[in-house]
Amino acid sequence: MKKEIPIFIVFFIGTIGFLQYFIVGPLSKSVYTLLLEWFQGVQGMAIIMAVISLTRRHFHNLKRGKNVFYSFVTLVSLYGMIILGVFFGIGKGSTFDKIYEYVMVPLNATTFSLLAFYMASASYRAFRARNLESTLLLLSAFILMIGFTSFGDIISDKLPSLAQWILDVPNLAAQRGITLGIALGILATSLKIMLGIERSWLE
Amino acid sequence: MGIDFAKLPVFFSVLIYVFFLLYYISRARKGEKLFLRKIPGIEAVDEAIGRATEMGRPILYVPGLSTIDDVATIASLNILSRVSKKSGEYETDIIVPNRNPVVYTVAKEVVKQAYASIGRPDLFKEDSIFYITDSQFGYAAAVCGLMVREKTSTNFFMGMFWAESLLLAETGASTGAIQIAGTDAITQLPFFVTACDYTLIGEEFYAASAYLSGEPILVSTIRSQDAMKFLIGFLILIGGFLSFIGRENLLEFLFPK
Repeated sequence: MKKEIPIFIVFFIGTIGFLQYFIVGPLSKSVYTLLLEWFQGVQGMAIIMAVISLTRRHFHNLKRGKNVFYSFVTLVSLYGMIILGVFFGIGKGSTFDKIYEYVMVPLNATTFSLLAFYMASASYRAFRARNLESTLLLLSAFILMIGFTSFGDIISDKLPSLAQWILDVPNLAAQRGITLGIALGILATSLKIMLGIERSWLE
Repeated sequence: MGIDFAKLPVFFSVLIYVFFLLYYISRARKGEKLFLRKIPGIEAVDEAIGRATEMGRPILYVPGLSTIDDVATIASLNILSRVSKKSGEYETDIIVPNRNPVVYTVAKEVVKQAYASIGRPDLFKEDSIFYITDSQFGYAAAVCGLMVREKTSTNFFMGMFWAESLLLAETGASTGAIQIAGTDAITQLPFFVTACDYTLIGEEFYAASAYLSGEPILVSTIRSQDAMKFLIGFLILIGGFLSFIGRENLLEFLFPK
């Protein structure tokens, strides 16, 4: 019964979700809304466990003297923001809001902007003519990069349209092939779990 | 209440797929061995875990950044179960940082169950599967820091990723770790292909759990996917031919928009 009951619940809820997709009307809509509300309830409960897990991990780090500085900063930031939010509010102009605006947002932007450097190093590795496939990749990248700048138009008026053709035909064909495989993969995974064929999450 | 007739082709496609699924499962139950081509990324999982064991370093498993209602996350958790079993057999630590609280609770149970199923519940370390933050780049920065500080020798990136994919994969590459990625995010695939040693592309990612299990019934489900793909390919050819001979009206009758 330890396995049968969860499989039955998955099958039951999965079937409702599946049928709801094909049925229109207020009942179908309310079932969908109810499922979403349940999910939000579960999410709310899970965040408590998640915060406990984060605290416990970093508290253990402090006790063991491992990565003490990072764990200290994490715990102070986590509980500092909770205290500020609960006792002093989160409205516009509050300390909570200022820390978010002037610390959190710039930190996020900084991490995001690192992508530019990583992209350069990744391109350096990818665009090396080691074999036929990588040479083709290099050539297409060259045509695309030059073709979509005004410099491409100066070299030849056909270069921008060639770049667009690479995007619209070979690139799109490959993308559609992958998308088709993904759609079937999603369908297969969903059915395997609903029908209890895939039970790795229960074993 | 009524049926949405515009979605009927989807309904029938699912029914056809269920038919293929049941057909191949029955063949597998009869003991027929179904051939599957080798997928280098999945074949490399054992080698990657073995390398971590030899080096005495932990394995990092990133289950993507999406929520539990994303099928990619569910597929990732299935793979996590297989990877945890193998890491348990090799007695190698596994680190699973999470971005979503629900995914965290499920991942924790998956790893716990995996260790219990191989008879080694003592290997489970509660601190190894943990929640970080809901912030996309906060999570990426924390995982990059983990890779550098913990010196993970094998990194798995399985699930749904967005702009942080290259940050994670490039940092992992800079630490010299073996990296295996799997995702259905088409826009992130080029980054993983560039920075990782192996990449499971789209459907390979969804097939990985069945492939790793080696169970005939699960393997047979991959064959049912192939049969469905063959059918879709055949329909595309018919559609292309009808369009070529100018019979679009017949095409629209067969496949109404």
